[in-house]
Amino acid sequence: MARMKFLCDAERCIECNGCVTACKNEHEVPWGVNRRRVVTMNDGVPGERSISVSCMHCADAPCMAVCPTDCFYKTEEGVVLHDKDLCIGCGYCFFACPFGAPQFPNGPAAFGARGKMDKCTFCAGGPEADGSEEEFKKYGRNRLSEGKLPACAEMCSTKALLAGDSSVVSDIFRDRVLRRGKGAEAWGWSTAYGGGKQEQTRERKQERTQEQAQEGKQ
Amino acid sequence: MNTRILTLLAVAGTLGLAACGERPQIVEYKQGQYQGKADTRPWEGPAFKGDKVAWENALRNRNQSQNEYKRVE
Repeated sequence: MARMKFLCDAERCIECNGCVTACKNEHEVPWGVNRRRVVTMNDGVPGERSISVSCMHCADAPCMAVCPTDCFYKTEEGVVLHDKDLCIGCGYCFFACPFGAPQFPNGPAAFGARGKMDKCTFCAGGPEADGSEEEFKKYGRNRLSEGKLPACAEMCSTKALLAGDSSVVSDIFRDRVLRRGKGAEAWGWSTAYGGGKQEQTRERKQERTQEQAQEGKQ
Repeated sequence: MNTRILTLLAVAGTLGLAACGERPQIVEYKQGQYQGKADTRPWEGPAFKGDKVAWENALRNRNQSQNEYKRVE
């Protein structure tokens, strides 16, 4: 098994926040903590793009490098996890993370009063026994040990958010890009609201001309 | 005199180049060592009871079900 990764397709994300809701519901994440959020660029302007962001489980994670209590660890599947028993809530990981993934239950409180850091676990729990109540209370549900992928990706209605083995995820994305083409007309508004119909009509016309040409030959 | 300079240059060169060795930039995390702290592996839980192949197959199926082109075929 290769490395576990998330991939968000900006052409498909419709900013429904289903991933955020799925995550909060699955792990019973407390108020004020968002392990995942949807970021929109050029909101309201034609051509706006949204992507779902959480911990990206970096290959060389900066949070792991800066943690003074060395509470982070990496699983064999490349998932970056942390031990809440060791966390002192200093917030260094938050400053080091380029995605703003580490969250603190008490918000931007004074040093030491932020509470234990909480972040996306790729639905892989923590150091406690898999599926135990203790693990659920601290880190949420361990779906990976149940043979399931993260709830956010599995709940994504447009399958913009992909999760799993990085090679498979990139294969799916590559296949998708090859089929839909590139550019603004590829997916999103034009395909969902009319553009796709034009595309289909063009394809049908092409097929008809090909059929007629074949019939003519016969 | 010339041989001494040459020897010195050779030694300096060896020492200087030794500092340019390429080392892997990414840490290899081993279970139970350094930052690869001890944790139950996902296939060692109650659901798969140590059957890694079954776990990998389950994940592979889930992975592929994200590809709607395959699902509609």
